[in-house]
Amino acid sequence: MNSIFFTITGVCLIGLGFSAIFKDIHNLHRILALNIFGSGIFLLLVSLAYRGPDKIADPVPHALVLTGIVVAVASTALALTLMVRLTRSTSDINKEEQK
Amino acid sequence: MVEKLIFLFFDVVMCAGLLWLAWRMLTTTDLFMAVVLFISFGLLMSLAWIRLNAPDVALAEASLGSGVTGALFLATLGRMQPLPAFHDFFSQKTNGVVVLLSLMITMTLSWILFSVPDGLDGLRTEALSSLPDSGVSSPVTAVLLNFRGYDTLLELVVLLTAAIGVWALGNELPTPESKPPQFLFIAVRMLIPLIFIVASYLLWIGSSKPGGAFQGGAVLAAAGILWLLAGLKLNRLCKLLYWRILLVIGPIIFSCMALIFLISNKSLLTYPAKSVGSWILLIEAGAFVSITITLIALFMGGKPNNL
Amino acid sequence: MTELIGTILVLAGVAFFIAGTIGLLRFPDLYTRLHAITKADNSGLGLVAIGLAIQTDHLFKAVVYIIIWILVLFASAIGSHLLASQAYQRGIEPWSKN
Repeated sequence: MNSIFFTITGVCLIGLGFSAIFKDIHNLHRILALNIFGSGIFLLLVSLAYRGPDKIADPVPHALVLTGIVVAVASTALALTLMVRLTRSTSDINKEEQK
Repeated sequence: MVEKLIFLFFDVVMCAGLLWLAWRMLTTTDLFMAVVLFISFGLLMSLAWIRLNAPDVALAEASLGSGVTGALFLATLGRMQPLPAFHDFFSQKTNGVVVLLSLMITMTLSWILFSVPDGLDGLRTEALSSLPDSGVSSPVTAVLLNFRGYDTLLELVVLLTAAIGVWALGNELPTPESKPPQFLFIAVRMLIPLIFIVASYLLWIGSSKPGGAFQGGAVLAAAGILWLLAGLKLNRLCKLLYWRILLVIGPIIFSCMALIFLISNKSLLTYPAKSVGSWILLIEAGAFVSITITLIALFMGGKPNNL
Repeated sequence: MTELIGTILVLAGVAFFIAGTIGLLRFPDLYTRLHAITKADNSGLGLVAIGLAIQTDHLFKAVVYIIIWILVLFASAIGSHLLASQAYQRGIEPWSKN
């Protein structure tokens, strides 16, 4: 059953995303890490719902993942807007200090 | 046999590719490259969804997870120029506690997953056996709007909250001024009717095949984003008041319906058995409009001015 | 018979895709790479689409494959033109042999 590879990939993505979120790297990288974390969870859920190539998969995890993708887009958009505002205000402060 | 081996090879290469893209995305020092890698990661993910028999999720990933999110990231990069210096992945010491925690999470998850007994069927049998009463013939749509309708209601509220949050942070951020070429304007004018047809088709087909309000809304939002990128203003489309009404129309239709059914049937979101299909279509249409407008609002990065 | 022709067309399309990818990896600058990826991949996709279209039993599906190809042609024309013109405006010189 090939879905086991996707399960393992999902677990690895969760680990990778989680360890990068808490590093002191650029915020954009951290938002990307959050998205990777989420993708890992989605992969895990959908690979558990898989029932073989010819059967209909379990629709409940699919619906949960669909909801999850939309929520991930919304939170990413809010996080990105916050980051832009933060970068702009800090660069404004830096400019005034240089004067 | 040969076919099985080919698919095995394909799956292994795809999983390795996903992990490699994620690793490169986090470790590269070039933010633009990280975003491009993220978009390719999303496209590879939607291939993985197809391999896992999840075409609904694949459509959503390709349109929302890779398309709209990618556009959001690119617009953000444009708005942050010039980029200040920052620490990259390797210049920072990794905190031992974080490594320990992430190892623990990975280990526990693997242990749980491998101790799941074989032959469990989850909620699949129940969902598929009550499908004829749900008013739609696509199992995922039935779960989204009938069996677990409150999830979708709250999801619409989350989208609305995100849009309100972005508006509360200030006025619209212009994407950097590089004059869009004339041919882009012409191409966008040709593409928008086509995108509209595809989006409506996705909405309509959602009741019987993969597709639905979210995928359709994302596709239509792409038309709006193209409109903005071609240097056109949205005040040629609608005023701020209409904008606000369209933003909330989906959640309002959905919650009104929930209230009506709560009073008449004594339980939340239990549709009357005869007309359930048309109620679901009405809710989906409202959600479709709101999702489109919300995603465009999120792309603009603030409250639209000059409307 | 149609199956054989279809398979040959799909395989030919795959060959075009491989050529396009090698070009993307090996060519020296943005303009030549764009040339490789758009030309070779679009003809490759066209061959794959035609190969799949003549194998289907339903006319509707065949038309959908061709429409997908036309849409990808449209998108890649716009995308490559935008990339190349922006790069040229920012002063990236096209590669020459010296």
